[in-house]
Amino acid sequence: MFIVNYIKEVFGALKSLAVGLRRTMFYFTHHKEIITEQYPDNRATLKMSDRFKGEVVMPHDEKNEHRCTGCTACEVACPNGTIKIITKFEVNAEGKKKKAIDKFVYHLELCTMCNLCITACPSDAIKMAQTFEHSVFDRSHLTKVLNKPDSKIMEGVE
Amino acid sequence: MVEEIGTTADGDLIINVGPQHPATHGVLHLVITLNGETIKKVEPHLGYIHRSIEKMCESLSYRQFIYVTSRMDYLSSHINNHGCALLVEKAMQIEVPARAQAIRVLLDELTRIASHELWWGAMAMDLGAFTPFFHAFREREMINEIMEDTCGARLTMNYILPGGVLEDIHPDFVKKTKEFIALFKRKVDEYFELLTGNIIFQNRMKGVGILSAEDAISFGCSGPTLRGSGISCDVRKHYPYEIYSQLQFEEVLETGCDSLARYLVRLREMKQSIHIIEQLIDNIPEGDFQAKTKAVLKLPKGEFYQRVETARGEFGIYVVSEGGTTPYRIKFRSPGFSNLSALDHMARGSKIGDLVAMMGTLDLVIPDIDR
Amino acid sequence: MWSISNIANWVNEWLGKNFSAAWVTVFEMVIAGILVISLFAVLGLILVIMERKVSAWMQIRLGPNRVGPKGLLQSAADTVKLLVKEAMTPNGADKFLFNLAPYLAIVVSMLLMAPIAFAKDFMLWDLNIGVLYVSAISSVSVISILMAGWASNNKYSLMGAMRSGAQIVSYELSAGLAILSIVVLTGSLNMNDIIRSQADGWWIFKGHFPVWISFIIFLIAITAETNRAPFDLAEAESELTAGFHTEYSGMKFALFFLAEYVNVFIVCAIGATLFLGGWMPFHIGHWEGFNHIMDFIPSSLWFFGKTFFLIFLIMWFRWTFPRLRIDQLLNLEWKYLLPIGMINLLLVTAMAILKWHF
Repeated sequence: MFIVNYIKEVFGALKSLAVGLRRTMFYFTHHKEIITEQYPDNRATLKMSDRFKGEVVMPHDEKNEHRCTGCTACEVACPNGTIKIITKFEVNAEGKKKKAIDKFVYHLELCTMCNLCITACPSDAIKMAQTFEHSVFDRSHLTKVLNKPDSKIMEGVE
Repeated sequence: MVEEIGTTADGDLIINVGPQHPATHGVLHLVITLNGETIKKVEPHLGYIHRSIEKMCESLSYRQFIYVTSRMDYLSSHINNHGCALLVEKAMQIEVPARAQAIRVLLDELTRIASHELWWGAMAMDLGAFTPFFHAFREREMINEIMEDTCGARLTMNYILPGGVLEDIHPDFVKKTKEFIALFKRKVDEYFELLTGNIIFQNRMKGVGILSAEDAISFGCSGPTLRGSGISCDVRKHYPYEIYSQLQFEEVLETGCDSLARYLVRLREMKQSIHIIEQLIDNIPEGDFQAKTKAVLKLPKGEFYQRVETARGEFGIYVVSEGGTTPYRIKFRSPGFSNLSALDHMARGSKIGDLVAMMGTLDLVIPDIDR
Repeated sequence: MWSISNIANWVNEWLGKNFSAAWVTVFEMVIAGILVISLFAVLGLILVIMERKVSAWMQIRLGPNRVGPKGLLQSAADTVKLLVKEAMTPNGADKFLFNLAPYLAIVVSMLLMAPIAFAKDFMLWDLNIGVLYVSAISSVSVISILMAGWASNNKYSLMGAMRSGAQIVSYELSAGLAILSIVVLTGSLNMNDIIRSQADGWWIFKGHFPVWISFIIFLIAITAETNRAPFDLAEAESELTAGFHTEYSGMKFALFFLAEYVNVFIVCAIGATLFLGGWMPFHIGHWEGFNHIMDFIPSSLWFFGKTFFLIFLIMWFRWTFPRLRIDQLLNLEWKYLLPIGMINLLLVTAMAILKWHF
């Protein structure tokens, strides 16, 4: 009986190995199954999901106007001090002083893409962009000012 | 030359496995005492990736602290976030819409599968088989794509907020998930062919790393590690949260107490997760994906505890609130820490190769252990 | 007809006409040395790129595809990289042994090249005890591994070397028994005689199932002897980081790497010679027409085709199986391969005496 079990054991082992070998041979001969993405080459066709959280941007319209009122809700909502809003006072046409943003400073190097600033924003001034190639040679490039120079707040956004 | 090699007084060899070692998958540092190839003692040294997350949370609001928990067990970050949100909801008695609950559970289970996929591949690599790793990542990639579409990120999702989820599911979500289920069901048999049925693998796993039920409980193990010792401990069954009580699924139990049992538990859990997803995917209730919550969340004074079942075991969040906007004290019970504590007990008397296999079956994620 | 042996003879004649006998010997030795070294380099390049492509396709990847056409020059680029890297010697290491070990590994593989017949009548040394020579020299390779592990003064290296020692010493036995079964059938230790005895069919076909068993044992044993997965315990990168060559870098590491691949080639060449007829074309009994067509394929192609088929088998194993544990490795040898090999040798002997083979 011992001999029979011994031989059974040997053949069972060989069979289990053969099953694995068959599977790898299948993939060796079926090149259609290859899933490699050749990343820098497929840049043109690479489409990120429209919800992908790449970095915070502030959309501007064609008149160079944004929707940010400088309420600092995003700055408060941010868990790690990524956003710093520097405000200034502008005098409008009626001679009234009004608070507006001077600089919307965004530290990409601190950002964890948690989306809390976007949900906190009452006026939809900021959104997530789908960019993901963030590497730069100098860390200072990662500190960005999101509002464009000479941009103004959009009419009707309070 | 001989005296330069560090040995103990008994002539045993002391080896540092890690913090940079291919098998520790991170910065785990094990000091092992060896007698030849046989392990006499395993001593984990922690702290290489300690970021004092618990202390950090004390200065973050109840919306903000959720994102930090993604950085603990990064492979089941969604489930960690889920637990934190549940705690805030429980404390503030926020009613979560049915749709949000279903979405959360769906993504939980997808996260669980993704985590187990990665574990399967990484464990195969620990055992010296490289091919399964890439095959596992093929399926995991599909889940990551689903996550990217709906949550906007692939690993640290931050999709869950107290009161619901960030956004409604992506229009493609149902279609892509069904595609994934179809593919996964076809491919899961290959896992058997490549690894589970293999005689070398069976011999490496069977009877190795015995962790009896009593020991497993006394070390505080949870999740698949404890279920591999035959103890029913699934939080989803015993302390059901969200809609788990309405779902049909089986708690996977294996009585082998060895590495193979823990391995099989995880493999079968993937199938159970698929089963849960299949029940939900066509029945996501209509309605809001988010409840109306106050702008500033304030927990009432008191102590709160919430547990969830992550891919690795029971994740607990304990919050002491003084009634303010930030927690007074927060404590996370991470499954990996307790599971790691059983390693020394399991590994004594076995070979170095076994140690690697055992670490594989414990499914350690080091940032989860160190926090 | 064009053949490698004709070229060799032509070179020999030309040298004989122009130089004295002593100089002819010197020149021929230099030429042989250059050929062996260039074969080494070429084999290393080919086998590394082959391994990377095989593994990639089995792992549903593309593999290297940037350097040169379809990435075929990738291993050349890697060699250049390794050449310009610093070959460090750790402070605590035994410097002499540490630097000697990779060269010893290479020398052993070079010595093993001598009795292999690459084509019809084309070999470096027609040795009448070729098989014995091969099995004797191949055991020396363990010394280079032990030397590397010991001299590194690193615990991982030492453990890798010790594992490797136990492994190679024990698997040598079953490899030897498997080789013996062919020696019994042929009645000769000479590589050329063994090949000629397969003119009417390779031993794997002529020898029925006892030869199949010894072929399988031989395959397992050579996989273990060359430290290839699933028997790569000496390296076992998930357990011992890199085993015996943990401390090696640059070209010294590359020499170990090269020696491993050339060893794979050599053991596969020996396997092809013993079981698959070496350079002997595929002949079936007395089908004269068929045999004649097969003879048109150059003998070197036959040899390299068979050898690379065996190399592919070994690569296929590596990218499919998990690694064994050290005690299981020894169990496999002493409880399975060796007893089976011994009984098999008896069977083969009986078969040879009773003339059961074709």
